[in-house]
Amino acid sequence: MQFPDLIRLSLRTLSSHRMRTILTTLGLIIGIASVVLLTAMGKGIHQFVLKEFTQFGTNLIAIFPGKTTTFGMSGATISTVRPLTQDDAVSLQKLDQVISAVPLVQGNARIEAGHKQRRANVFGVSAGVPEVWQIKVQQGRFLPDDNVNNPRAFAVLGSKLRAELFPNSNPLGQRVRIGADRFRVIGVMESKGQMLGFDLDDSIYIPAAKSLEMFDRNGVMEIDLLYKPSLSSNEVETAVRRLLIARHGREDFTIITQDQMLSSLDDILNVLTFAVAALGGISLLVGSVGIMTIMTIAVSERISEIGLLRAIGAEQKTIFQLFLLEALTLSTIGGCTGILLGGCCVIMLQLLLPELPLQLAWGYILFAFLLSLVIGMISGVFPAIKAAQWQPLEALRTE
Amino acid sequence: MIELNNIHRDFQVGEQTVHALNGINLSISAGEYVSIMGPSGSGKSTLLNIIALLDQATSGSYCLDGHDVTHLDETILAKTRREKIGFIFQFFHLIPRLTAYENIEIPLTLAGIAPKLRRDRVTSALDAVGLTDRASHKPDQLSGGQRQRVAIARATIMHPAILLADEPTGNLDSHSGIEIIELLEQFNQQGVTLLVITHDASLGQRAHRNIRIIDGQSST
Repeated sequence: MQFPDLIRLSLRTLSSHRMRTILTTLGLIIGIASVVLLTAMGKGIHQFVLKEFTQFGTNLIAIFPGKTTTFGMSGATISTVRPLTQDDAVSLQKLDQVISAVPLVQGNARIEAGHKQRRANVFGVSAGVPEVWQIKVQQGRFLPDDNVNNPRAFAVLGSKLRAELFPNSNPLGQRVRIGADRFRVIGVMESKGQMLGFDLDDSIYIPAAKSLEMFDRNGVMEIDLLYKPSLSSNEVETAVRRLLIARHGREDFTIITQDQMLSSLDDILNVLTFAVAALGGISLLVGSVGIMTIMTIAVSERISEIGLLRAIGAEQKTIFQLFLLEALTLSTIGGCTGILLGGCCVIMLQLLLPELPLQLAWGYILFAFLLSLVIGMISGVFPAIKAAQWQPLEALRTE
Repeated sequence: MIELNNIHRDFQVGEQTVHALNGINLSISAGEYVSIMGPSGSGKSTLLNIIALLDQATSGSYCLDGHDVTHLDETILAKTRREKIGFIFQFFHLIPRLTAYENIEIPLTLAGIAPKLRRDRVTSALDAVGLTDRASHKPDQLSGGQRQRVAIARATIMHPAILLADEPTGNLDSHSGIEIIELLEQFNQQGVTLLVITHDASLGQRAHRNIRIIDGQSST
């Protein structure tokens, strides 16, 4: 029997039970569509998060006080640990490999300008911020490279803070009060947008020494390094570790390179995508049970037809192929419709909610499609074997 | 054409062994028209099934067209059935979701004949049984006589040398029954060997040779 005839006959059978075919494939359609949709979300979130992190550039290293044995932020600095100081940042800056080092002390404070007040993020930093964080100065200039321990009381505004505090006037040269201290505004930054909920535009940048006093801390929270792009992160990490061990006497700090962070993030997000794909996979499994059920019923309904076909010369192989192909056709129809449905959902969501990070995960879609074929194969094989095993005479007598 | 030698066929029913055929010897030459008659349970259907290669004898030998076909594997049996034998059933056995045309086409499809070649053969087969205008009807839109004609067209589409009919008129009124028998006889006149099982003595008498089976044994 020729292959096109096999296909034609199985399509003929499926179309003669149209309702049954639709209901059977529905399970598979929903399963495949949910895999398409869920993995699109997973991949969208993946790309969104990675973009958020790489907007600061990729050749970055962050150093945190305290040594943690597991990956994570050492938020609670243990008292026996020597804090990271601004001097650490200065000496790191002198390393050959390092372009710039920025100490960071972050807090939240009330900012007053004239009769307006607003609570905003306060970043205690150094002159290297525009370079290291890749934020441009829109107006005026950034903090000057003052003596780190005794800087002048200058402040630079984020674009949103500027719009809130000085909606109609030029902020340059104006005075603002942060907590109890007074600062002179010398610059405004360009808009950078949000980074995982932190609004960098609703912020004010002041010298790190000032914020250490303001928040009553004895060490900085983090030092960010920008290294030469030609170098590998490992090289730089080694140099940084050697220098800081020399200064601190032991390794009481944690170095996280952007590479490591990105690859951990990547791992986490891949697991996320895989997990949602697996959820969709459960509905695929349910769909495959549906196909198997229908194929089993189809065989028992058509025993006398099997007998007839065998009597007029169909080989066992042909009967097997007929039923297997029917299951495969069912699952292929289900798979293709599911992919179309899922794709349409994704496109519609993108049109309705352009903010939502969605990205069709073609790898998973292909996988889901192949899986639906495998499902068709598995759920078709056993009924098809049963069908082929009928002896012609016995089958003919069965009504 | 058909040589049966001391054919036995036993069935196991519970603990009892039923001897459906008890040493049948039968020789039918090409182009013969033979009727097989006998009371129900006499073994005539079993005999026809063995000749049709749908069943196999417990002992004895069967020569078809000069070849020993007593012990063949399933694949070759299927091929032989397809190419040499046309079988007509009492209950038509048409596939309900296919049209008359498609039902007749099945043996050609099974044989892997290209669609272009099939069309002419199915069209002329439809013509031969007088159903050209019913080609696109499904079995449930056809009368009993018409269904049996479709079945005959299907049985003859591969131009088999032997046509076997197991009570082909058993499910029809006498008028359509006669028509069906006449149609089968037409094929016999073209040289096809015809074997018909029937209950109806008057139909049976039309054959050139009558075989009576009683208790699994033949008497001519």
